[in-house]
Amino acid sequence: MKCKEGSAVLIIRVGDAFCKPCFKEYFVHKFRATLGKNRVVYPGEKGLSCNAPKKLRFVPGIVFIDEGAVCGQSWEKRHQIICEVQGVLQQTRFPFHIMPLEEVFSLPDSILQSGVSQERQNYKQAVDHFIGLQQTHRDTECSVIMEKMSQLKTVDSAVSAVSDRIYNCAEDSRPQGAHTQKLIELFDSVKTQTAKFQFLHMLRNHLILHIARANGYSKVMTGESCNRLAVNLLSNISLGRGAFLPLDIGFCDSRNGDVAVIRPMRDYFLKEIIFYNRLFNVSSVFTPGIDTKAPESSSIQRLSETFINKLQEDFPSTVSTVYRTSEKLNVSKTDVDKDTCLKELCLLCQCPLDTHADTASAFHATLVSQQLSQKVGLKTEDSGKPCCKEGTCCKGQEYGDTGHSRSLQAASIFPWLCYGCRLTVKDLKTLNHLPQYILHEADHRTHRCEMRKEIQEFLIEDDIGCV
Amino acid sequence: MYHPHLRYAKDVRITHVFIICFRGGAELLFDGVKQHHVTLPSQSNHWDIRQLLVWIKDNLLKDRPELFIQGHTVRPGILVLINDADWELMGELDYQLQDKDNIVFISTLHGG
Repeated sequence: MKCKEGSAVLIIRVGDAFCKPCFKEYFVHKFRATLGKNRVVYPGEKGLSCNAPKKLRFVPGIVFIDEGAVCGQSWEKRHQIICEVQGVLQQTRFPFHIMPLEEVFSLPDSILQSGVSQERQNYKQAVDHFIGLQQTHRDTECSVIMEKMSQLKTVDSAVSAVSDRIYNCAEDSRPQGAHTQKLIELFDSVKTQTAKFQFLHMLRNHLILHIARANGYSKVMTGESCNRLAVNLLSNISLGRGAFLPLDIGFCDSRNGDVAVIRPMRDYFLKEIIFYNRLFNVSSVFTPGIDTKAPESSSIQRLSETFINKLQEDFPSTVSTVYRTSEKLNVSKTDVDKDTCLKELCLLCQCPLDTHADTASAFHATLVSQQLSQKVGLKTEDSGKPCCKEGTCCKGQEYGDTGHSRSLQAASIFPWLCYGCRLTVKDLKTLNHLPQYILHEADHRTHRCEMRKEIQEFLIEDDIGCV
Repeated sequence: MYHPHLRYAKDVRITHVFIICFRGGAELLFDGVKQHHVTLPSQSNHWDIRQLLVWIKDNLLKDRPELFIQGHTVRPGILVLINDADWELMGELDYQLQDKDNIVFISTLHGG
């Protein structure tokens, strides 16, 4: 053991024993090192007070999204949990926002349009107004962040500006019954547990993005641990999201342009986090999730989790190994070179579309076999540039106005989805229950595509095609 | 003949009182009750964690035993703390319980 003085309370990996004070030092140090190493938040060491060389300057706010409706909780139960969470968050003395997931039905259409990254201009602003948002519906992680935030000195000047914008939903309390009903209908129309997870994740992210933008936050911190990311890596590959691993698993997720999602807890094992919470009395609130008590094979995500956990028991380096693999993944150069404005983003997950398939690709092979297995053959356009990549969107399906005349079948929004999201949407019985902002944006893209097709011959081509 | 040691071994009842806590969602399997004050039936040997788990399964567990115990040990993903220390440092299943020990079972499966 390191200090050889105190008595060990915890052992991490093989042979790394810590006493309580050494553990605390190790834990806090790792957090600062992770943030510092990635240099996303702090522009060098300038701006730190010379009195306390280790002060970190940022102003965190905390978000809690109440997903009780999706988990089948009664309003009374949800309210109870919200009050508990509110109590915990109030102790942190940071601004906080409590939102029900039903708020997604009030999101503006613009949420799915990618924000321009303002990093270069507002980097200093980002440092001064950095705010970490945390999903506190997860038990341990929020507590850790809050504890560490309270240890770090914050810049007082920015706090008052943020405080003006605090709003607390708990007193307004109950979301509109109609919205709750819509949310339940949406999730009831999802055939598989796997897809439910994906939808929940997507809606939650959209809502958090909205809160971040509405309140002027440029960064969002989420609490995924090393264990969770290892599981996500495996699940995401199985879900067809392999192309986006650097975004979904990496330290910094910049898919939204203006709001970056970072994962400062990614180097911590769950065991470390839980011990820290326990030993240093960090409050936490437990609330059941959509997969609580679900059987092992109920979803891909659950299965991956069980697999990794069981393997970890016998081979303690499993999680680290999987996690280290993820660190080696980067966005390919070709994707980086392309101008972000022109790169079409997935309607649901905001990742750059991965469906520009060459004829020699695996993706094209799946399309061919899909078409072969359908009763009504769909022609693939090999000559010229197919509109919307596959030649299926503007033909046959009724697009027209939103709502009635459209045949709201899943396939109608496929051209705007990445491969992984297409698989998820296939599990939707109907698109009718999706929030309006998604349907409107889908319409918007379709009309734009149609329009482009009409004026195609008047455009001076630049190898861009119909994007 | 008077053999005080023999009489002592026969007559004394060693009462084991423990506090057992379930956190991190594990409490869902125990009717939501997080803290249990438990008196274990006396026996000649000390209770160890292995036996405690069996006792918990038979007496406290209300729901879905496979979510708490698998085989002879806790399900992967459940941490065990004995007096706020990692059970891996105390011998895990072989640790012999002392009177007034505090055992905490924390599920990590609802964490990020």
